[in-house]
Amino acid sequence: MSADLLLEIGSEEIPDWMIPGALDHLAKQAAELVKHGGPVHVDATPRRLVVRVLGLDAEQSLVTYERGPKTSAPAGAVAGFARKWGVEPDALTRIETPNGEVFAHRRKLDLAQMLTRWIETIPFPKTMYWTGKNGPRFIRPIRWIVALLGDEVIPFEIAGVKSGNLTNGHRRLGASNVPVTVANYEAKLRGNFVILSADERKKKIQSEIHATIKPDAGLLETLVYLTEYPTPIAGEFDPSYLDLPEEVLVTVMRHHQKYFSVVDANGKLANQFVAVMNIDADREGLVKRGNERVLRARFNDARFFWNQDQHKKLADRVQDLANVTFQAKLGSYLEKTKRVVELVAHLGGDTHAQRAALLSKADLTTELVKEFTELQGVVGGRYAEVQGEPQEVAVAIYDQYKPVSMEDSIPRTQAGQIVSIADKLDTLNGCFSVGLIPTGSKDPFALRRAAQGIVKILVEGKLRLPVRKFLSPDVEPFVLDRIRYYFRDVRGFKYDEVNAILASGWDDLVDVEERMAAIQAVRSTPDFEPLAASFKRIQNILKQAKFDGAGRSIDPMLIEHGPEADLHIAFVATKLEVITQDYREALESIAALRPKVDLFFDKVLVNAPDERIRQNRLTLLHSLLAEFSTIADFSEIVTSS
Amino acid sequence: MDTYQDIIFKLKRYWADRGCVIQEPFDMEVGAGTMAPETFLRVLGPKPYRVAYVQPSRRPADGRYGENPNRLYKHQQLQVILKPAPEDVIEQYLGSLEAIGIDLRKHDLKLEEDNWESPTLGAWGVGWQVMLDGLEITQFTYFQQCGGIDLDLVPAELTYGLERLTAFLQVRDSVYDIAWTKDVTYADVRFQDELQYSVYNFEMAEVATLWKLFDLHEGEAARLIVLFKKSPDKQRFPLLPTYDHVLKCSHLFNTLDARGAISVTERVGVIARVRKLAVGVAEAWVEAAA
Repeated sequence: MSADLLLEIGSEEIPDWMIPGALDHLAKQAAELVKHGGPVHVDATPRRLVVRVLGLDAEQSLVTYERGPKTSAPAGAVAGFARKWGVEPDALTRIETPNGEVFAHRRKLDLAQMLTRWIETIPFPKTMYWTGKNGPRFIRPIRWIVALLGDEVIPFEIAGVKSGNLTNGHRRLGASNVPVTVANYEAKLRGNFVILSADERKKKIQSEIHATIKPDAGLLETLVYLTEYPTPIAGEFDPSYLDLPEEVLVTVMRHHQKYFSVVDANGKLANQFVAVMNIDADREGLVKRGNERVLRARFNDARFFWNQDQHKKLADRVQDLANVTFQAKLGSYLEKTKRVVELVAHLGGDTHAQRAALLSKADLTTELVKEFTELQGVVGGRYAEVQGEPQEVAVAIYDQYKPVSMEDSIPRTQAGQIVSIADKLDTLNGCFSVGLIPTGSKDPFALRRAAQGIVKILVEGKLRLPVRKFLSPDVEPFVLDRIRYYFRDVRGFKYDEVNAILASGWDDLVDVEERMAAIQAVRSTPDFEPLAASFKRIQNILKQAKFDGAGRSIDPMLIEHGPEADLHIAFVATKLEVITQDYREALESIAALRPKVDLFFDKVLVNAPDERIRQNRLTLLHSLLAEFSTIADFSEIVTSS
Repeated sequence: MDTYQDIIFKLKRYWADRGCVIQEPFDMEVGAGTMAPETFLRVLGPKPYRVAYVQPSRRPADGRYGENPNRLYKHQQLQVILKPAPEDVIEQYLGSLEAIGIDLRKHDLKLEEDNWESPTLGAWGVGWQVMLDGLEITQFTYFQQCGGIDLDLVPAELTYGLERLTAFLQVRDSVYDIAWTKDVTYADVRFQDELQYSVYNFEMAEVATLWKLFDLHEGEAARLIVLFKKSPDKQRFPLLPTYDHVLKCSHLFNTLDARGAISVTERVGVIARVRKLAVGVAEAWVEAAA
């Protein structure tokens, strides 16, 4: 006998960004149940989290087998297990497991308990209590619960709310306490101005926007989960505001008002916006008028701040940074500025880069940045421009926080790249020095992002800067970790290649990248992996012999004719060859040594009875390893053999 | 069209009909209605309470000499506390908007996550900013802690920005153009305040004097908190006057801050000093009520 299951958790408005995570959890929980049922659907609006399972065979799904001892176990153990579940040993069943036949207790799970657990275990980032101290916690108060299996209510209670068959429509366009069945649930909601499917809400928004908007998937997702019945409307603003920097206008619209920006046929910002309402229509134009008014006030503020800020140049604001805290233990932004200017000079930044570093944080004292903190840097760059600073300086200031993510681009100019690196280096070294070290998911100063940014800029900007010299010892492994992540997860190199290359040094990340590309290219050639295996063997031999090669050189007189001499000759030739070769050719040359190495191991006894010969052979192997491990440490390569 | 004062009358009537005590504004400088004892102290302890009052709220750093159409040194909040929050608290709130003539079937209303925290009061809660046609008109908070103490009953705090709400209803671009009565504008009533307090806070307040005052109020509050601990009769102990001195400290801190007189290193320390007093009073209040 199968029936459909519906669970609707009716809550006060859930923060939009937490909804997908909650649905994931519910979907996983339901999937466990549905080993014996149809597809699971999870849906949500700001006021409801919904799970539907079609064709659930409740009888079968709710049966579980608690495993006990093996059937071969002593009778005492079996009796103990039976006692634990309150049954006679005769009542136990036998089931096959990968480890053999065991006794098991067949029991039926309680659906109501299970649903309760699903709800109580949703991992929200920040919960609250509302029924009183020590009461249950959820993201916002739970106000109703619909729980149906077929026509029957699954009875349970959470935080004083009893499950039932009554749902609620849109807060103002719909009705309250609407009886539903599993079959008519979605239609009933629709009739009460709730579109249950996020996908459908998204499509509704997209299809009803007629202007050309700047695409913004993040904002769209936010609006989908902020509304139950979304309807976009277009509004306008006075074209004179287009004189303000586009970044300011877009930030106001996107971050403060959750509007889409509109562009004209040439891709330029137009004096329009698109807002998404949570009602069906704006018949009298009231919503349009209201939003336009709010935007006007916001833009007026921005213009007021922009004009106000011009009374004092960035250069004259640097001293004011003494009053802006960078971090309590690390002092003010003025102190940070001084450190960054110095670092930029050490890193070889030109006068423009140094000037940009000096002015880089001055915009933190402007009204515009106090109002729109997300525009720090951008505002400084714009102000530098209108205040007559050289273009190079303005651009470097503008780009100083880039890249803000792995997807973001790096600063456009070398001056900007150096300023950005210096700023991040200072933050990393400083925070680590006062113990602000990221742990697990906690990284309030975004140090991972800073380290990642440095790596990305060095590699993609092709900057051969000795950044490693400026890392404090405890920051080194942290940055190395980010380098590993970058080459492996972002660039897709194999983990053993990354390990092999980094083991041979990472002072220059441009060089690291070239070596990575080379090893990737020769990895598939037939000689490469066997050679790597041979190198590992060499390493083991040297380790066993406790041979470090110090102060020794190969004595040609002690070399035996045949495979040993052949290897020696090939070694010397290859050594000369690779001097003029690029990494890829060099690796190919080294790989070509493989037959000689193999033959050597085949025919030559390293542990020769004559100690001088033995030492000489070890020296030969050691030279081979030392000479050819500067590109990559081959022993890190995981070989299939 | 409803005047500014009509809107206030209607909202007070609405909440009076739902069991609220209608209080008059607290008669001292506060930065927000939350700081008035009617909220800060009343939310503590197990006793239910409902209250609504208009609270002029002073934020020295927000002064703009009466020149900015949307920013005020002193704005007015309607503060509503429903302790504990009833199950239909959001419905009741929406009803209050309808009571002042907003037809919510024709307007876009969204509840957007906005959690509130006051480091100086050791208080925090979760909730929303209520957006009406893109304008934030109310802060809605379920208090969780106050003075560092987990609350027995969870109150809902509704804070209406009265100037914004009225400008919205009257379709005015500047708060100064709001009709307070049919014949008197907001500017007529309040412009002088805005100008003169901006001048004082930004230009003329004497830093040394303000620090001296701060120290005096801090000392008095601290002295009383110590005395409370030894007091045999906690019921009659003057905790409310103690709290007045804490509020003085808080306002002096804000004024010094606007004056640019608080350095980086001092800032965190001064906030901690005020919080210590606020937490001290809150703890004493709970103890005295027990």
